[in-house]
Amino acid sequence: MTKPALHVSHLGEEAVLFQCDGPLMRETQARFWALEQHCHDLEMVQACVLGVHSLLLCLGPDATDDAVCDHVFRLWETLTPLEPSDTVVEIPVLYNGEDLADLAHAEGLTPAEVVRIHTATEYIVFALGSQPGFPYLGGLDERLHCLRRASPRVRVEAGSVAIGGGQTGIISRTSPSGWHILGHTEIELFDENRKQPSLLSARDRVRFVAREGAA
Amino acid sequence: MIRILKPGFYASVQDAGRVGYLSDGVGRCGAMDALALKVGNAAVGNPDTAAALEFTFGGFEVEATRDIEICIGGAPIQAKIDGKPIHRWWAQTFHKGQRLSVGPCASGMRSYLCVAGGIDVPTVLGSKSTDLKGGFGGLSGRLLKAGDVLDVGPARKGREMRPKGLSPREFPDLFRDFTACPTLLFIPAREWEDLDAANQRKFLDEEWVISPDSNRVGYRLNGVQISPKVHKEMLSHGILPGTIQLPPSGQPVVQMKDANTAGGYPKLGKVIEADMSVLAQVPIGKSIRFAPCSIDEAKIALRTQNAHSDRVRKIMNGLRNIA
Repeated sequence: MTKPALHVSHLGEEAVLFQCDGPLMRETQARFWALEQHCHDLEMVQACVLGVHSLLLCLGPDATDDAVCDHVFRLWETLTPLEPSDTVVEIPVLYNGEDLADLAHAEGLTPAEVVRIHTATEYIVFALGSQPGFPYLGGLDERLHCLRRASPRVRVEAGSVAIGGGQTGIISRTSPSGWHILGHTEIELFDENRKQPSLLSARDRVRFVAREGAA
Repeated sequence: MIRILKPGFYASVQDAGRVGYLSDGVGRCGAMDALALKVGNAAVGNPDTAAALEFTFGGFEVEATRDIEICIGGAPIQAKIDGKPIHRWWAQTFHKGQRLSVGPCASGMRSYLCVAGGIDVPTVLGSKSTDLKGGFGGLSGRLLKAGDVLDVGPARKGREMRPKGLSPREFPDLFRDFTACPTLLFIPAREWEDLDAANQRKFLDEEWVISPDSNRVGYRLNGVQISPKVHKEMLSHGILPGTIQLPPSGQPVVQMKDANTAGGYPKLGKVIEADMSVLAQVPIGKSIRFAPCSIDEAKIALRTQNAHSDRVRKIMNGLRNIA
């Protein structure tokens, strides 16, 4: 397989952003997982922020962009993509979301079919970001791809399981969101008092399991 | 210890911010005006990164529950201890039982109350900064309210000082007001090239008004409509405070200290670190302009700014020894 083209740009005086454009591909993300692991060990790098098809490197004040870029492009050519991890995390979901019926209708499906499709897939955590512990999950069935809501909800509760564009995820902190809400989970995605605060890590596998309960 | 009598509009504990958990989606937070925090800390003999209280629009009142050394910095304000005016950017003793009351900001937005020993709240994920969205850090992850009592860490031993501080003559930058429209320097980012010359010109010529729904997360700007040549569907990538995004509305947003760690809107650039302290002080309803600069210029500006706080530290330490 040919390597996807890596694009580099500046994000201010202390950071460089490496990106591959869409469409979303697990093979491309697997290269960024490997790239992040390598860059963690670089002395010039103060922080790595893994994104979807991207890696943001925050550099120390003395690092030169040229040296970092040379290094990253060399790595990109030679690295071995990482596989998803063996960790499988099951998320019990009560599929009683406020947008379930409308979303099903818009996709020409019944709510039960939406639930069946949503729970049938094994998702991969591409990256965490945006909110503490929020996973960008790859693998959403194309039948559930949809536009974001025309106007975002001002308040979406933590634990909401939602779909936005070609992605699904779990809102980890009560916040505004333009995603469609399918259901709710009681699992804590992030607890700052845990030794490892985030429940999920990049490369984890995630399954949604429909839970019975009062709607 | 310090007791909050009136918190004003929006008060929180902030230090230099949280950097170790960006990849978990945990934002930086930290003092909006990083320079004010550094200078205030230097004035009371704290490390640069010690936690302080950040107040918004002035209009707050606190009480000392034991003798502590304080410095109030940031926006131009009238501050009084038990009715007696005190200077901004001066270190002095705030005695047990005294009240510090601060009027509304004459210009600017944010004041910092630095205390020798620092505000002592638990360190969460490497920082004492309040993460309001995350619900942790600072005082129980929330804004301060009347009646809150904050512990103060052990101060460095030294002789008690008579009030001493900085003069506007020596440090004109620290005493600037924020009534004029400042020009902020930015480094162009990837999607800057997605604007044609006319739209780039519009962005640079406009006096952008800071909209009322601006906060520690982001500043929304109102002005002329900016339209990119192409509308790209973007994947979420890491962003930093200072990132200037262009949502479909055509009205830019500047991400501030409580920004999300990732975003997908096209980005026109990033405000240079040295100018983030200025932006933090531009009041809602006032305007700003942008001018592009090089990475070298940005680094020089930051070094110059850091030299400020180093000089303050040297001056104040000198005063301590000879006082």
